[in-house]
Amino acid sequence: MSPDSHIAVCFERVSKLFGSKEVLHDVSFQVAAGEALCILGRSGTGKSVTLKLIIALLRPDAGKIWIDKDEISTLETEGLSRVRRKMGFLFQDAALFDSLTLYENLALPLHRLTSKSQEEIDSDVDKVLRQVGLAADKKTMPSELSGGMRKRAGLARALVLEPKILLADEPSSGLDRITASEIDELLLQQKTERQTAVIVVTHDVHGARRVGDRFAVLDKGHLVAHGTASEVESSDNETARQLISLIC
Amino acid sequence: MTDVIEFIGKVSLFGFRVITDLFRRPFEMEQLWLQLVEIGSQSVPLIATSGFALGAVMTLHTRSTLVTFGATAEIPTVQSLAFFVEIGPLVAGLLLAGRVGSGIGAVLANMRVTEQIDAIESLSVDSFKFLVVPRVLACVIALPLLTLFMDFSGLLAGFVAEYAASHISFHLYITRAFASVDWPNFIPPTFKTAVFGFLIGTASAYFGYTTNKGALGVGKAATNSVVLSSLLIILSDVVLVKCIAFAFPGTAL
Repeated sequence: MSPDSHIAVCFERVSKLFGSKEVLHDVSFQVAAGEALCILGRSGTGKSVTLKLIIALLRPDAGKIWIDKDEISTLETEGLSRVRRKMGFLFQDAALFDSLTLYENLALPLHRLTSKSQEEIDSDVDKVLRQVGLAADKKTMPSELSGGMRKRAGLARALVLEPKILLADEPSSGLDRITASEIDELLLQQKTERQTAVIVVTHDVHGARRVGDRFAVLDKGHLVAHGTASEVESSDNETARQLISLIC
Repeated sequence: MTDVIEFIGKVSLFGFRVITDLFRRPFEMEQLWLQLVEIGSQSVPLIATSGFALGAVMTLHTRSTLVTFGATAEIPTVQSLAFFVEIGPLVAGLLLAGRVGSGIGAVLANMRVTEQIDAIESLSVDSFKFLVVPRVLACVIALPLLTLFMDFSGLLAGFVAEYAASHISFHLYITRAFASVDWPNFIPPTFKTAVFGFLIGTASAYFGYTTNKGALGVGKAATNSVVLSSLLIILSDVVLVKCIAFAFPGTAL
């Protein structure tokens, strides 16, 4: 059964194995448009795998994943391509194409996936780069950018197609508090101003506190708690209570 | 043994996918052009210099032998046939396996470990068509052209070395060089390097595209690309030479 119309992402009893190792077990959750879900947990508990399942870089071994009205676990290339256009992904290390300038990194998806004219593409790229404070660096190669700038550039690329769903894998890792806070602010803007569904994998308690409406706690591939901060706080799982206590 | 068979199967399927994707839209012409510049034109200095050095050395060796038999007039013929039929194609293939094979392997492996390939996929772009197919196709197109550079550099060096020894005129050298060369001595061996190009591109892209071992994987991908490409070139040369001899029996040396 497909989820309600306001639900942007829905996991229904999803499991994922790598070889014989089960990295996600029977995980279910939903994220609505205009809502931010922070996925918390220790390293190696399946948080990044969850994001890659959402954008179909990985396929589940069991269960269903809904993106809007599309069940993506069985979609073929063309259908997946259509669904992925609704999503933007900020990778942990930004994953900018290092043979392209910053401008070219952002223009590539616009050239490939839209029928916009060159002027429109230039204007869109400039707009997003201004948003993330990198307007002066558009001719710069990724290798010449600092860690914080790369992260902001990665976010700019994720935003350039104006996605309905924004996925961010540890957006503040390796950044100073001020830069991390700027990234959090941009994620918040997307959520509130554009009603984007935001799913953030993070270890950063400050960021999670600012951005998250709800929290999902993963432990050894199991979703051990899920809900608002107070709901997770009253969970009977020790790990979930520990993690949420750092946030609240 | 099972691992070897599995590996051969995986590389073969990878190569088969390259061929099928080659005829599927979108055609990545911009990427193909970039790769032709990277793989083709930037390899010209290496190929031309190596061909020149090899040509000079070969003439020096050949002369010392043929002088004994009073057959120095045959030096241009030996030089041209050796270069057109075997030395040019094989050495160009091996040099490109070193320069380009390691490059393709390392670049794709680096893109894999830094999640750039995932990023391409997340943007609804088919990373295989975008990254692998243009590289393999560029190798297929570039190698026959680079082989021509190798052949004619070798021939030019042969003339320079022979001129230094006997003051032969350029016109006479070229006349003798091409006297025994028929089209079948020249065309099939040159075009067999398109197969070498396919093998270099496919083997290198396979190691780079499928790596999953972090920074260590990048190094391994580069090394394995060169080793497998070189091995495949030498092995396939045996088969191709036999095929050419079968197709053009009168021209077999």
